[in-house]
Amino acid sequence: MAVSARPRQALAIVGAIGLALSATACGTGSSSNGGSSNADSAECAPYEDYQGHEGKTVNIYSSIRDIEADRLAESWKQFEDCTGITINHEGSGEFEAQLPVRVDGGNAPDLAFIPQPGLLARFAERNQLKPASAETKAMAEQNYSPDWLKYSTVNGTFYGAPLGSNVKSFVWYSPKMFQENGWTVPTTWDQMIQLSDTIAQSDVKPWCAGIESGDATGWPATDWIEDVMLRTQTPEVYDQWTTHEIPFNDPRVAEALDRAGTILKNDKYVNGGFGGVRSIATTSFQEAGVPITQGKCALHRQASFYANQWPEGTRVAEDGDVFAFYFPAIDPAKGKPVLGGGEFVTAFADRPEVQAVQTYLASGEYANSRAKIGDWVSANNKVDLANVANPIDKLSVEILQDDSTVFRFDGSDLMPAAVGAGTFWKGMVDWINGGNTASVLQGIESSWK
Amino acid sequence: MDFDFAEQAPKLMMLLWGLVAFAVVVGGLLVLLDAVPAFFARRREARFVAASASGAPLPGGRPRSREGLFATFFLLPTVVLLLIGLVVPALRTTLLSFMDGGSQNFVGLDNYRWMFADDSIVRVLLNTLVWVTLVPLVATSIGLIYAVLVDKARLEAVAKSLIFMPMAISFVGASIIWKFVYAFRSEEQEQIGLLNQIVVSLGGEPRQWLLDSPLNTLLLIVIMVWIQAGFAMVVLSAAIKAIPADIVEAARLDGVSPWQMFWQITLPSIRPALIVVVVTISIATLKVFDIVRTSTNGNYDTSVIANEMYNQAFRYGQNGQGSALAVFLFVLVIPIVIFQIRNLRQQRREG
Repeated sequence: MAVSARPRQALAIVGAIGLALSATACGTGSSSNGGSSNADSAECAPYEDYQGHEGKTVNIYSSIRDIEADRLAESWKQFEDCTGITINHEGSGEFEAQLPVRVDGGNAPDLAFIPQPGLLARFAERNQLKPASAETKAMAEQNYSPDWLKYSTVNGTFYGAPLGSNVKSFVWYSPKMFQENGWTVPTTWDQMIQLSDTIAQSDVKPWCAGIESGDATGWPATDWIEDVMLRTQTPEVYDQWTTHEIPFNDPRVAEALDRAGTILKNDKYVNGGFGGVRSIATTSFQEAGVPITQGKCALHRQASFYANQWPEGTRVAEDGDVFAFYFPAIDPAKGKPVLGGGEFVTAFADRPEVQAVQTYLASGEYANSRAKIGDWVSANNKVDLANVANPIDKLSVEILQDDSTVFRFDGSDLMPAAVGAGTFWKGMVDWINGGNTASVLQGIESSWK
Repeated sequence: MDFDFAEQAPKLMMLLWGLVAFAVVVGGLLVLLDAVPAFFARRREARFVAASASGAPLPGGRPRSREGLFATFFLLPTVVLLLIGLVVPALRTTLLSFMDGGSQNFVGLDNYRWMFADDSIVRVLLNTLVWVTLVPLVATSIGLIYAVLVDKARLEAVAKSLIFMPMAISFVGASIIWKFVYAFRSEEQEQIGLLNQIVVSLGGEPRQWLLDSPLNTLLLIVIMVWIQAGFAMVVLSAAIKAIPADIVEAARLDGVSPWQMFWQITLPSIRPALIVVVVTISIATLKVFDIVRTSTNGNYDTSVIANEMYNQAFRYGQNGQGSALAVFLFVLVIPIVIFQIRNLRQQRREG
């Protein structure tokens, strides 16, 4: 039985290509990567504490991608040059789903930027996280308020400092439109409702909203409820709500929903530029505020990061095309409740170089280095306002550093994922789609075990 | 756009190494596949030559055991991959379905109880039932009618490729296309969705199609039918063409009407193909995930088992509940698979 000669020829070709490829590979290989360490120079002085780990690599996993990821890489470039530590950052759009898979699969990153304290607590409870080192803890306590640190503390153990932050208690508006119509920025809830009524009498619907967000559809509405909850109740009740010390269908939560409903489910108020109340469910959060630039809507409650969603050429500034005002409190005498979010630098490894990076990311040097690059907000109190260029970022940092600010973290990120990223989102979609407050809250409550 | 080769060098290097590794691994496999049988063939040839030279009887008993060796050699990779990729995960999933969300403690049948007690999950199960009843039925019927109608018609190839085209589109792509069909804009605005444009031009008000249950589930089913009808049509059309001409001719001579021809000749003759089509579409429908996820993300009461399983296990961190749903899905598929295998066996016996 003879074997045909043709497959052999094919093999020879494959082999030759392989050889040729590997030859070229060697040719270019030597020219890449030529960074040299200049650890002793003056500009490296702030990094002295982190030195002694040359040649080590730290892998970071996060949900930060594209231009934001490039800025991240730029922000710690000098740290890398001075310490000789290489930081490999990988951003993923499926971060929340992939991180548990990687951790369970024994392929955990060294550090992860986790935006949900609920997810962080889940890892901590399963003993998959490494507690932060004493240096990291000291650095974090110096630079962040206890309000923030409690979100990365599980059963008394501290797991890592916050990194970036955002302020969610903002209402976007068009300063130009306000000026032309003689409207003024409201500073109390009642003023805001009065303004809404005034606007509703013209042919413009005052509010626009959208909660469609692919996988995460519903989250913008949960932010609404949380913001209102923080205003109708004390921060303590808010904490009890997010930790399930009071049931999800508590009358106080229902009150917050109904209060939010006076805007979101009011056909006279919404949905500027898109249709009726139910169009909120299918309007994507990215598009939701855009009618403001077209004069079809006047107010849009969304976080500081919405600054990146405006159409190209829109100037975001107090005297520009769009800007935001602080979502007013119902009773300003009780302080300034602020809803926000952020990510926490948590460690799955405790090698010294990993701890060095974790400590560095909690430092004022890092926060200012990142702030200088732009489009970034942090609750780090070492952030120098002079380093924050963008007006909305500046306003956010001012609010975060303000002493009267009572900060609370986005509640849905604190709840167990099954609720905070599941039934709460879904419940809000049903609520907007016509579901009544009591049955929606009952559904969410029954899913919280 | 600027493309700086020097800056992209690390990525290009990675690509290069990937190509090299690919060439080496695939080349190696090809060498192995080529060299091993060739080696045995040469040995056997040598033995034949030696045997015929020495005048001894030709070796005949041995090749049987060697065939077994060959079989093992070729089967081994498949068996190992099946074990790693299918059997072990299936067992582990079953085990996890009896444990809590963190896969730490056994909870008995709690997850299964939850599945049938929670209203929203019961809704998911009902939706899946609607899907698996309607899609195979409608898609196969449309495919069959179309195949019969265009058979031997003019421009048959064009007509067939028209309905087959959606098969080439991924479920996600198809869902995005249909999302535009169902898209809603308020009355003052210009409609961008086909369906609402039709409604508006007939004097109606635009509707938010995907928000109204249970209509929305039916609208999603349309997407699946749109994709699968082409598949049914192609397979059934081939089966129709394979009906022996003498049977058809005999029937014609007996003077059957087209109606009788269809029910008494065509349908019985293509029964095996019909079963394959129905079974394949049923299984594809049971595990439908992409369409629901892309179109509504399971909101507005449209979720199905596969979507809910993913949500529970990967997004909510409820491994137990997710696994229970997976096991349930598995149990649902088993009867269909058994039916298919029995049919295949029966056909083989008849053939």
